Amino acid sequence: MTALSESIEGRLPAGTDSGTAGSPPRVLRRRIGVAQTLANGLTLAWRNIMQLKHSPEKLMDVTLMPIIFLLLFLYVFGGVVAGSTHAYLEVLLPGLIGQMAMFATMGLGTALCEDIHKGVFDRFRSLPIARSAPLIGAVLGDTVRFCVVMAVLTGFGSALGFRFHTGVLSILAAYGLAYVFYLAVCWISVLIGLVAPSPETVQGISFIWVMPLVFGSSVLLPNTRTMPGWLQAWVNVNPVTKLADSVRALTVGGHLGSDPLITLAWAAGIVIVVFPLAMRMYRRRA
Amino acid sequence: MAGMTTVIEAEGLTKRFGATQALAGVDLRAEGGRVLALLGPNGAGKTTIVRILATLLKPDSGRARVCGYDVADDAAAVRQLIALTGQYASVDDELTGTENLIMICRLLGFGRVAARARAREMLERFELTDASARAVKTYSGGMRRRLDLAASLLGEPEVLFLDEPTTGLDPRGRGQMWDTVRGVVASGATVLLTTQYLEEADELADHIAVIDHGLVVASGTPAELKARTGSQTLAVRATDPAHTAQVAAVVAGVVGARPDVAETGLVSVAVSDPAMVPAVVRRLDDAGIVAAELNLRLPSLDEVFLTLTGHRAEEDNLEREGAAA
Repeated sequence: MTALSESIEGRLPAGTDSGTAGSPPRVLRRRIGVAQTLANGLTLAWRNIMQLKHSPEKLMDVTLMPIIFLLLFLYVFGGVVAGSTHAYLEVLLPGLIGQMAMFATMGLGTALCEDIHKGVFDRFRSLPIARSAPLIGAVLGDTVRFCVVMAVLTGFGSALGFRFHTGVLSILAAYGLAYVFYLAVCWISVLIGLVAPSPETVQGISFIWVMPLVFGSSVLLPNTRTMPGWLQAWVNVNPVTKLADSVRALTVGGHLGSDPLITLAWAAGIVIVVFPLAMRMYRRRA
Repeated sequence: MAGMTTVIEAEGLTKRFGATQALAGVDLRAEGGRVLALLGPNGAGKTTIVRILATLLKPDSGRARVCGYDVADDAAAVRQLIALTGQYASVDDELTGTENLIMICRLLGFGRVAARARAREMLERFELTDASARAVKTYSGGMRRRLDLAASLLGEPEVLFLDEPTTGLDPRGRGQMWDTVRGVVASGATVLLTTQYLEEADELADHIAVIDHGLVVASGTPAELKARTGSQTLAVRATDPAHTAQVAAVVAGVVGARPDVAETGLVSVAVSDPAMVPAVVRRLDDAGIVAAELNLRLPSLDEVFLTLTGHRAEEDNLEREGAAA
């Protein structure tokens, strides 16, 4: 560090033409620690939250989506699947918590892609902050969308007659698990935002991978026995199934088993694989 | 030149994007506390140079150092010394002016209170206090550039990169930006700016590097570049436009080269020997022609660019824009 600041001092010797005789030497850091990365990430998350404060219409999708999906699925499938809409609501709403955790990540990629196409990211990248901070900030700032989608889903579901049958801790664990999984999936959305050629294409690409995960799962139908074998196999390995089953057991009761652990393992796996890929693409993206 | 420090140094920078050779071996040098202008048309490679120096892009080959730190190997150190104002204003449209500056301050490590105070101070300095609570998307182009520059100066950088700082600004906005740049230099910072405007480079720069097709085709002080063409320009205009053809004939006779005749009746030609001027004056007098204008001057940077690159900056620019559209 001494050598560093010395070379900095030597850079502007007293008596340069500018007339500034010895501005104080700057102490340069070569490494950016975890604490600073997190602090920078939180500042940039604050930026995203301020954007939402100024343009609340950006939250329209996460506000309307749970209402529309709840109404449609409940009244289209309710009678057939569970005999009554009321009985189906107990199955559907926990499933939708898993589904919405997936859908809510889709806006992130588009927003990130737009950000990169504008000049703001150039500034971030030229600042003495961790390279990953803008991405971490984008993911953390997106928490607002998760909170909105879950609040609307739960509130509207309760208005339609949904009731929790478990304790407060179990309920918190259900939302906590959905949030952890959501954060992990956000990184897939980030990666797509980074590789997509334009913001318009992000949505299309996102649907391609989100749809099979969301609908090829136990979100709408916990009973998979009527499905063909290949689909059963897919549904059973699908992490969204694990999440939906966990949330169901944690909110309305039933056998919990190892589903939450498998969900967490999936979340960790997704982050371990996708985060370095996203960082690589981000570094490469000029 | 005793006491001068080289703050920006680049050697043999090359960069290729697909089939396009954006940089074909660029050498640059900027002294501390001075303004270096990269002058060239669109697509010449100016922005690529800035992006490499600002650590946003790695060169395919070659090296560059800012304040002695290698931009590729010591990028983290370089980023603590520089600030960049990009070609497209790099402020957040959806945040207010205050929020934008507070965000950058916080990223630079200012505490909450200090960030707010510094933001207020800079908004005042750049005459943006009245607009500070409005979203940036409601700002005019000039206001946006000022905010962008304010954001760049929050951390008191040693080196400021300005990529086309006045593109798209009206003459008043351009004048304000020039004043600001002069202020930044007066405070001791080194500025590297890119521009397509010859006038701008002439106004601001201590040193100009003319960039064309990814190469530095000429470099020097504005006066040196003007002298580089090796000739001065003689311009004559008759009071009576009817005499223009005669004036042209007289000039051609003395100088021995066919002059340019503009629609305004201005007859101009490059001359190597200043002694030709009195000869022209005598001949015109003999012919009874009264000159409304007669002068000998150094060529404009526009003419320098034409001489150095074989094409006009502006024309080239239009062609490229036409091709892109």
